[in-house]
Amino acid sequence: MSARPEDTFLEESMELLQLMEDSLLKMEDNPGDADLINDVFRSAHTIKGTGGVFSFDHVESFTHVVESVLDKVRDGGISIDSTLIALLLKCRDQMEKLVVSAVNGESSPAEEVMASSATLLTELEIYLGEESLKTCEIILNDPEVDIINEGQLVATDNWHISLRFDREILQNGMDPISFLRYMKTIGELVHVTTLNDDLPELKSLNPEECYLAFEIDFATEVSKTEIEKVFEFAAELSTIKILPPRANINEYAELIVAQDDEMRLGEILVSSGALTQRELDMALKLQQQIRDELVSETGVDTESPRIGDFLIEQKVVHKEVVDVALETQKKIASKKASSGVIRVDADKLDSLINLVGELVISGASTTLLAQKYGDEDLLESISQMSHLVEEIRDNALTLRMVQIGETFNRFKRVVRDVSAELGKNIKLEISGADAELDKTVVEKIGDPLMHLIRNAMDHGIESQAERDASGKTEQGTLYLNAYHDSGSIVIEVVDNGRGLSKEKILTKAMEKGLVTSAQNLTDSEIYRLIFEAGFSTAEKVTNLSGRGVGMDVVRSNIETLRGTVDVDSEPGKGTTISIRLPLTLAIIDGFLVGVGKSSYVVPLDVVVECIEINEEEQKQTQMQRYINLRGEVLPFMRLCDYFGESRDEDARENIVVVQYGTFKAGLVVDALLGEFQTVIKPMGKVLQKLNGISGATILGSGDVAMILDVPNLIHRAVEQSHGLTHKKSAIEGISLH
Amino acid sequence: MVKAKRVRGGKCNMALSGELTIYNAAAFKQEFMPHLEKCKSLVIDLSDVSEIDTSCFQLLMQAKLELESQSKPVQLVGHSPAVLEVLELYGQEYFFGDPLVLPADDVGRGADA
Repeated sequence: MSARPEDTFLEESMELLQLMEDSLLKMEDNPGDADLINDVFRSAHTIKGTGGVFSFDHVESFTHVVESVLDKVRDGGISIDSTLIALLLKCRDQMEKLVVSAVNGESSPAEEVMASSATLLTELEIYLGEESLKTCEIILNDPEVDIINEGQLVATDNWHISLRFDREILQNGMDPISFLRYMKTIGELVHVTTLNDDLPELKSLNPEECYLAFEIDFATEVSKTEIEKVFEFAAELSTIKILPPRANINEYAELIVAQDDEMRLGEILVSSGALTQRELDMALKLQQQIRDELVSETGVDTESPRIGDFLIEQKVVHKEVVDVALETQKKIASKKASSGVIRVDADKLDSLINLVGELVISGASTTLLAQKYGDEDLLESISQMSHLVEEIRDNALTLRMVQIGETFNRFKRVVRDVSAELGKNIKLEISGADAELDKTVVEKIGDPLMHLIRNAMDHGIESQAERDASGKTEQGTLYLNAYHDSGSIVIEVVDNGRGLSKEKILTKAMEKGLVTSAQNLTDSEIYRLIFEAGFSTAEKVTNLSGRGVGMDVVRSNIETLRGTVDVDSEPGKGTTISIRLPLTLAIIDGFLVGVGKSSYVVPLDVVVECIEINEEEQKQTQMQRYINLRGEVLPFMRLCDYFGESRDEDARENIVVVQYGTFKAGLVVDALLGEFQTVIKPMGKVLQKLNGISGATILGSGDVAMILDVPNLIHRAVEQSHGLTHKKSAIEGISLH
Repeated sequence: MVKAKRVRGGKCNMALSGELTIYNAAAFKQEFMPHLEKCKSLVIDLSDVSEIDTSCFQLLMQAKLELESQSKPVQLVGHSPAVLEVLELYGQEYFFGDPLVLPADDVGRGADA
């Protein structure tokens, strides 16, 4: 991934903000939970810190105040209540705006954003005492201040490692080269200085002894312990000094003091970039100071061990600073190491799936060729290969599968905010959050769901007074549920509100000219009218819903995902809206059937069974639009008629029984050609509106086969049989129900 | 391990080969040293060095330092990958600041010069 660091920051911030929101919402129920407060605090803290690194001043300064308040909450200085949670949620939203604005490269956010920043800050300040505000000012004015004041840290981000080996180290089977080589695998050797001052004259040089020493600048994300481990075996035979990034300058001073030739090491540190000249001067001065103090104390000008003691004392004073630096480092490292999750560009996944699709197609054509030549061994090996291809396909597709839980969780906040806005007491209950579906589907289902949820809260669930009057519980409940069902996923939005009024819907629909009074509609057909364009039964238009835009958009959004939406309602009890979506949009298991000279694919998941029609039945089927399937009335459809395929009249016919949701229907085809891995190719724009067809695929022979839109066909078959049934029963007086 | 040929004017062309590691460091030093005293300048070809470690590396380093302090130029040429890796790890590309990577014929010319 070649994302800008800012983009990574944005992505991480969004994750943190989500965590912050989740924790805040949970906090409403468990105000005393220390873990939740810590999560919120950490999120704010990390965003502030990273924002600071990028010099996003607005993000940093605002978040700083939020963090200060949270810190007080954590210490128990402020008790958490719903007002504060509401304020913190607003602050979270503000942080999001600031982060987005900063990442987009705006030097300062839009005026209204700034204004709301100011409002929120005033509100936050109430929770804070005087002193915290001052810190905030300082940071606003001069972000460098704390760095300089807090402990004279050096500016470099690299570790500095000073290595002095014992002479015998080579004879002990260790070689400095191998340490360096290993270090290269856990980080970057920014600068290595090899000190050769100890090399004796050639004559007395014993090549089996080590005379070299090293000063290394090392950039890595692993912890100090990890680095120490590199030298674990050499620890007894060497003097190793590891200085963390942004270490206290005193530590460098100590390092320099420990050398015989101070100036030389100082220069090395500067030339390798570990210290700036200014920092070196400071270190040397500090060191001189230490020495002077000692001289005046003891009257002896000597490098007694007390210098070391004194420096260690010095180090202890600033230990916290070093610890903080180390902790941050460790956190970053552990975060990277612990999560067994790899972020992969969605494009890469898409291209993998595409390739797998091509593999499936070319595999099919190979199978066909092998069958043509009839070579046993070849067929054997190809059947193995097909098996593998199938597994690869399944695995590749599961890569794209994500749990729907994350999408569901987003609505917790929506429900909270909207119910507050409407003055209703509504609880959201989630189940089936672990049901998985394709990432693209998840992304696109968010908006329609949002509409349905808002609608349910606004129109479905009654006001407090109304609920009391009808003897219902005070709290309205909204259920979000997801489950897998025959190759699709069903998402349900259920409310326990007033339910839909058939009369109102019908009146409204006639008013709008959507139906005529003569039409005899079933309940579900009436309910489905709410998805027609321009339809709204709400007497009151609120800013949430009721404008009649939305529900039709919801339906068309779902339909573009090859899904369907259904409504069921019980007056006074509530409404259930079920969305049925295919699990994936890329590759499916298909069932290949022959109609006339063409081939069609039925998604295998909807196929219930296949039946051969005998001659007698065949004659019957010419007359009627349904058959008797073991006592069950099964409407059917002749595909050759529907698609206008010419066929041999005497050919045998088969019925493929398909099921979608609660409906069953039979599709009459000429030949059953068996299972087929189907790579769904989108149809061109011209063909997209074609009824009964949802896509196309390429067969092994290179021919194109259409993929049947089964829900649509079932709908038609049922409709046709209904029409005929009514007529027939009128004529023949036979009741089929 | 050490092959040396003296040419006109006290120049010495030397080619090192094989493993220059601590296991044969002492032997290497013994073979290596005699050539240094007699020559006025030295070209060392490292192209056949399959492995080098700190022991022999520091020997070469000191040899170069010492000879050059006696104004006897020392040139290291044709660094093999093994040598290059060590030079890089030790940050010593500049100390042995000779042509580092050159095609074979250039190395040959360098050795003749």
